[in-house]
Amino acid sequence: MGGMERPALDDFTWRVGGPQGSGIETAATLFAQALARGGWWVSARREYHSNIMGRHSYLDVRASRRPTRAFFERVNLLAALDAETLARHLNEIQPGGVLVYDPDAARRPLSKLAMLDGAAYKRISAALGGGDPVLERALEHYRAGGVRLVPLALEPLAREVGEAVGADALTAKKTLNTVAVAASLALLGYPLEFLDAALAAQFAAKPRVAELNRKVAAEVYRRVEPLADAGLEPIGSPGERIYVNGSHASAMGKVAAGLGFMSYYPITPATDEPFYLEAHPESGVVVVQVEDELAAVNMAIGASMAGARAALTTSGPGFALMTEALGFAGLTETPLVVSLYQRGGPSTGLPTRTEQGDLRFALGAGHGDYPRAVLASASVEDTFADAALAMNAAARFQLPVVHLMDKYLASTTRTVEPFDAGAVEPDPGVVAEAAEGVFPRFSLAAEGGVSPRIPVGTPGAGYWITSDEHDEVGHITEDPELRDAMMEKRAAKIEALREWLGPEKMYRTHNPEAETLVLGWGSTEGVALEAMEGLDLGYVQVRFLLPFPDLGALLEDKRLVVLEYNQSGQFARLLTQETGRKPDHLIVKYNGRPMTIEEVRAAFEAVLSGEAGAYTVLRAGV
Amino acid sequence: MELKLADYKSDLAPDWCPGCGDYGILSALQTALYKLGIEPSRAVLVSGIGCSAKTVHYAATYGIHTLHGRPLPVAQGVKLANPELTVIAMAGDGDGMGIGAGHFVGVGRRNPDLLYLIFNNEVYGMTKGQASPTLELGAQPKSLARPNIQSKVNPLMLAFASGFTFIARGYAYDVKNLARLIQQGLEHRGLAMIDVLQPCPTYNNLHTREWFAPRVYDINAAGYDPRVPRDMSDAERAERMARFTLKATEWGERIPTGVFWQAELPSFEERLGEFLPGYPKTAPATRPPGGEAERARALMRGHRVAE
Ligand SMILES: Cc1ncc(C[n+]2csc(CCOP(=O)(O)OP(=O)(O)O)c2C)c(N)n1
Ligand code: SF4
Ligand SMILES: [Mg+2]
Repeated sequence: MGGMERPALDDFTWRVGGPQGSGIETAATLFAQALARGGWWVSARREYHSNIMGRHSYLDVRASRRPTRAFFERVNLLAALDAETLARHLNEIQPGGVLVYDPDAARRPLSKLAMLDGAAYKRISAALGGGDPVLERALEHYRAGGVRLVPLALEPLAREVGEAVGADALTAKKTLNTVAVAASLALLGYPLEFLDAALAAQFAAKPRVAELNRKVAAEVYRRVEPLADAGLEPIGSPGERIYVNGSHASAMGKVAAGLGFMSYYPITPATDEPFYLEAHPESGVVVVQVEDELAAVNMAIGASMAGARAALTTSGPGFALMTEALGFAGLTETPLVVSLYQRGGPSTGLPTRTEQGDLRFALGAGHGDYPRAVLASASVEDTFADAALAMNAAARFQLPVVHLMDKYLASTTRTVEPFDAGAVEPDPGVVAEAAEGVFPRFSLAAEGGVSPRIPVGTPGAGYWITSDEHDEVGHITEDPELRDAMMEKRAAKIEALREWLGPEKMYRTHNPEAETLVLGWGSTEGVALEAMEGLDLGYVQVRFLLPFPDLGALLEDKRLVVLEYNQSGQFARLLTQETGRKPDHLIVKYNGRPMTIEEVRAAFEAVLSGEAGAYTVLRAGV
Repeated sequence: MELKLADYKSDLAPDWCPGCGDYGILSALQTALYKLGIEPSRAVLVSGIGCSAKTVHYAATYGIHTLHGRPLPVAQGVKLANPELTVIAMAGDGDGMGIGAGHFVGVGRRNPDLLYLIFNNEVYGMTKGQASPTLELGAQPKSLARPNIQSKVNPLMLAFASGFTFIARGYAYDVKNLARLIQQGLEHRGLAMIDVLQPCPTYNNLHTREWFAPRVYDINAAGYDPRVPRDMSDAERAERMARFTLKATEWGERIPTGVFWQAELPSFEERLGEFLPGYPKTAPATRPPGGEAERARALMRGHRVAE
């Protein structure tokens, strides 16, 4: 696809697939950490069903000599830990790539895969010539695609090796993930010492488990011969690099900006962030799990009114419940950050899959007009800075800020240089110098719409806050003139915010001289930039959706392509609304799977060759 | 400076109907704060939406008039951010027992050091007299088109089931006793709830001042001891629970008021303090700024690829 040649071992993707709940996340972490310790830049993405145990899940770990933010459709090595993995990834290994599988699994007919749903069954059956194919047919399919088959009965191997190093049968079986990683790395010729160190770190809290797994890894290395062309080598030292996902980065950015309070109601993929903070009291954050999203948002608002820096995370269904309170924060000029981790909608939709379907919702959530800011993060690195920026913008302009994330960012873990926490200055906001008696919290003498603030509970003073329209001290009013003045004061914040941000925080460009510009927002930047390497294309990443940057001059006389993860082209419509320009091509994806470098490349090439229509749907993914 | 009762009154005149029970509750609240000597600027009143919710505007404390059903979460946010403040949440019966009922259960499980007042007038005053969740099955106050066909919820029983550690009932026109109850609720360490019977002369023509007057009585004055110490035996506790249930469900000819239940449980702030170093001293709204970058770096250290 797309004729992309990758020089071997400059860039390598390992995939591990198996049933949910079997610990393949640990396998991916071990693989990633072993390579990261050898100086590789690694990224790991996770695909899973909304299920706790048994349904198909897989992870890709990509290692490269440079930092990468996207993934290929076709991997170099697939370690299939069960029969379903064998059946599901038929066209996803590079020619010349390797499939490690259990010969026993290959003897099973497709109909015996208990967790395979009907739609997948039909598709796979058709791809393998119809009927109820025995999975040996899948092996033929892989072989015909130039894939090298490496039969390796991992489970028996785990049992055998485990027992050889003195573990009982049950404990031995639990080392399956280590066996899979060790076998893969041994096949690739990667030195054992890095896996050994990764295992020691992974199980640091359980020395006996660590010892067993290290022995098992060493034993697997003794038994598995490297491939003839093996030669995956360490390329340097990891230095200070950290291995983090978007949820971690979002939490860290908020903490750097002074986060003190986070209330949450569990929802995928947004819970990882508060859960992480809960597990790390050194963050200094009061984290409270509450009864619902209504409680979560209103509790955070209360904390913010009292002077804490407060933030929330949620995804679509939870954000829907928060919308009334978002307007409450807007009207009462209360700083609040909501990181909205988008997942496949509408309704419960695709709970564990990625999408950018909540842009219009974030821009318009709530009744009535009130100022808010909406920004979207493109990468783990951006997420740290954006989360901090969102906190500071909320504090300075006393408004709700929606920080758009997505499932792909949340669950893609990468090695990056440590974030520059020292560069984040927690913005104290506009604070009143002295306050005594009744305080005009909503003073109309407000530069940029921002009235100087003191938190609720400030000794010696007092004021009111109401969800009704109000006067300067916060009492209810229905006076027409006061109403106008208050609406206008609040609305003034948007232009003040735009000025405070400056264009460089609102968007960035790559090769903007090109005749054709691709525009994207959120996590599409990584895949777009890699897919357009060597093509005559430019790229514009819109980082603030509200206020929207002034792109008029930049887009003049250009052919425009919009790339985004939703069906209706929500960003494309926003672009038209804000600039009067209608994109010439809209490339979208909404099957819940991340865009692959190959498919985006092909879509770009079709745009450049003139073959592309106005609307292209990307459909890759398992 | 010596505090006066007038220091708890704002300049705004209430716009309730003449004879509304809300006047009595406001007055009792101000009296209790005054008697306890709580600095007005260290008290935060948090209400929902409804006639009752306007109360916060008439007190010269900090007042937060939130959304319909949401006073409890907002109040908890204030309290957890700054545990030094005296925080009083208040809600109409529609607000607290209807649209916000989920928070009632939620807060009960946490036991934060808050006082929660329910203004129980059995109707939705603000929206012109529809049935509230505390209106009896079959009752038909004047603005209902037909008798109420939903059963009522008992706030005392729900509070008990939810884990409230102080459960009381007051009567809006008995300001003196209500002020005393509010004072006790404020002094209680943990979550206190007072269900306040509040006549609404405009829409509730069934349960009026005249109806209540001969019925309400004070259970504590009649010898009922609500205290349930931590070290009470299981058998004794079971006996107290049975007695509580009898009193909490008594309604009709005689209507009990007073403190029904007072138990000891660690507050939510104390529970948080077991896990968060220094809390409540390090509470997010009161800790001095600084150390943010260091806290972020501490998180990052756990992610280093190489030690
Ligand atoms: C989300 C929402 N739904 C409905 C309303 C309309 N509303 C305003 S006050 C009220 C009922 C108030 O009744 P109650 O809580 O018993 O207070 P009361 O007026 O009786 O003191 C309702 C339904 C609203 N403001 N918000
Ligand atoms: S309607 Fe009822 S509750 Fe509302 S102010 Fe009038 S009397 Fe009071
Ligand atoms: Mg009512």
